[in-house]
Amino acid sequence: MKVIAPRIALIVLVLTLLVTVLGCSGQTEPEVLRVATTTSLYDTGLWDYLEDIFEDRYDADLQIQAKGTGIALELGMNGDVDVVTVHDPLKEAAFVAGGYALNATVDGNSTARVTWAYNYFIIVGPASDPAGVGSLTGSLAPEEAFQKIQQEGALDPDTVRFVSRGDESGTHGKEKAIWASAGYNYTEDIVGNGTADGWYIEAGTGMGATLVMADELMAYTLTDKGTFLAYQGDLDLVPLVETGDIMLNVYTAMICTNGVNPGMAQNLVTFLRAPEIQALIAGYGVPEYGEPLFYPWDPEICGLP
Amino acid sequence: MTEIWDGLTKAVQLLISLDPAVMEVAGRSLTISATACLLASLICIPLGSLIHFHHFRGKRVLINIIQTLFSVPTVLVGLFLLVLLSRSGPLGELRLLFTPTAMVIGQMILITPLLLGLTISALSGVSKEIADTATSLGASGSQAIRLVLKEARYAVLAAVMLGFARAISEVGCALMVGGNIRGATRVITTVISLEAGKGNLELAIALGMILLLLALIINIVLNRLQQR
Repeated sequence: MKVIAPRIALIVLVLTLLVTVLGCSGQTEPEVLRVATTTSLYDTGLWDYLEDIFEDRYDADLQIQAKGTGIALELGMNGDVDVVTVHDPLKEAAFVAGGYALNATVDGNSTARVTWAYNYFIIVGPASDPAGVGSLTGSLAPEEAFQKIQQEGALDPDTVRFVSRGDESGTHGKEKAIWASAGYNYTEDIVGNGTADGWYIEAGTGMGATLVMADELMAYTLTDKGTFLAYQGDLDLVPLVETGDIMLNVYTAMICTNGVNPGMAQNLVTFLRAPEIQALIAGYGVPEYGEPLFYPWDPEICGLP
Repeated sequence: MTEIWDGLTKAVQLLISLDPAVMEVAGRSLTISATACLLASLICIPLGSLIHFHHFRGKRVLINIIQTLFSVPTVLVGLFLLVLLSRSGPLGELRLLFTPTAMVIGQMILITPLLLGLTISALSGVSKEIADTATSLGASGSQAIRLVLKEARYAVLAAVMLGFARAISEVGCALMVGGNIRGATRVITTVISLEAGKGNLELAIALGMILLLLALIINIVLNRLQQR
């Protein structure tokens, strides 16, 4: 009896595993559509919210991976996903120019890069605001804030610090654009000298984790407004700079040339721009956060078509 | 598939050119994991011996718990430490979060069960007759214990090597309590995860190869030590 008991246990274990594996492959499944999305759309819960609606409407199995823009586009190039939803205009242009995006049809127009929502980047930091950026307003406020952070940080890196995503994401791309617009050479002045001085902290991680780190270190960071609102409850950080032309953040969807399901991918693009879904996007998060996390597509802001 | 080949080529290039960024990160990986492994060994080998040579109520249960903790997920250790070391946590005053020290602590916690459990197994693996014979030939209790420890040294060293392997290869805890900060807490595994996230697959694979090379060198050194 002593010998038999463990053997029976082993047989039961093996059988259970076998049944689980067979069970997974034996069902007839809805059409799979794979999407790689930027983390900000996922961390805010927007995709979770839209997923069920899309799956019901098209009898699809939407499989969403939250990735940085860099790897999302790489997955798209390799055909590992059918659709990418990202927010980095420069990288998107390169993706389209490389022939990795199929033309999609929206509102009767044909385009490879489908814009479908937008919001704004904001600079957040500790309420004490040691660099004094909170009073800045106007169209150049982000650049002026970055200059103040750089100057004060170089003088007193223990008090004034900036946490960067540092992961080639869309947000990191925007941060680089602001440093450049503020008159800095990003690689030398910021990454090189800033890291050496100790005020510039390259986190190399996602938006949520970067916000947590900035909060812990009482540092400034650049974030999309949606992710910040979704995380705000757990953070001491406050929004300090919310204006500025450069802060616009447009989300796009692209159908991947090398994907396996372009038909269902077109359905997703149509879905994202459908008026009733646009209304859901506009209202998403309003009950919880008191303001929208994303604004619906607007041709004057996001561009046509 | 070309990425793997390109990754290999890239690894060779980085090694030949002694790429400063790669060397810095590799050095940090080695320092943090070796420190964690050394400190954990200093605690676990004596403690494991203590558990093995003493008979007490609940010993089997304790060993079962230790063995179960072999499987503790690295992110769980990271999460636990994050909550503990956070500015708003009980040990927040120490300001240890996002420092190499926090990573050492994390890796120590991670490999402690492994080192304890395998030390106990190593000692149990020594034939009981050896201690009995020694005692019957007039050896004192402590002499017999020393003899058993000596007999078990290869298996204990294997446990230490496994502990080091788990420490240097883990990413979940390093990412959570280290934060992957350039020039401070960035180690090979967190860079791999970062570069893969950027879509730099060759570089990520190259760094993986370098980690394995590092492990190979350490294994050769330890095996030499063992053969003495």
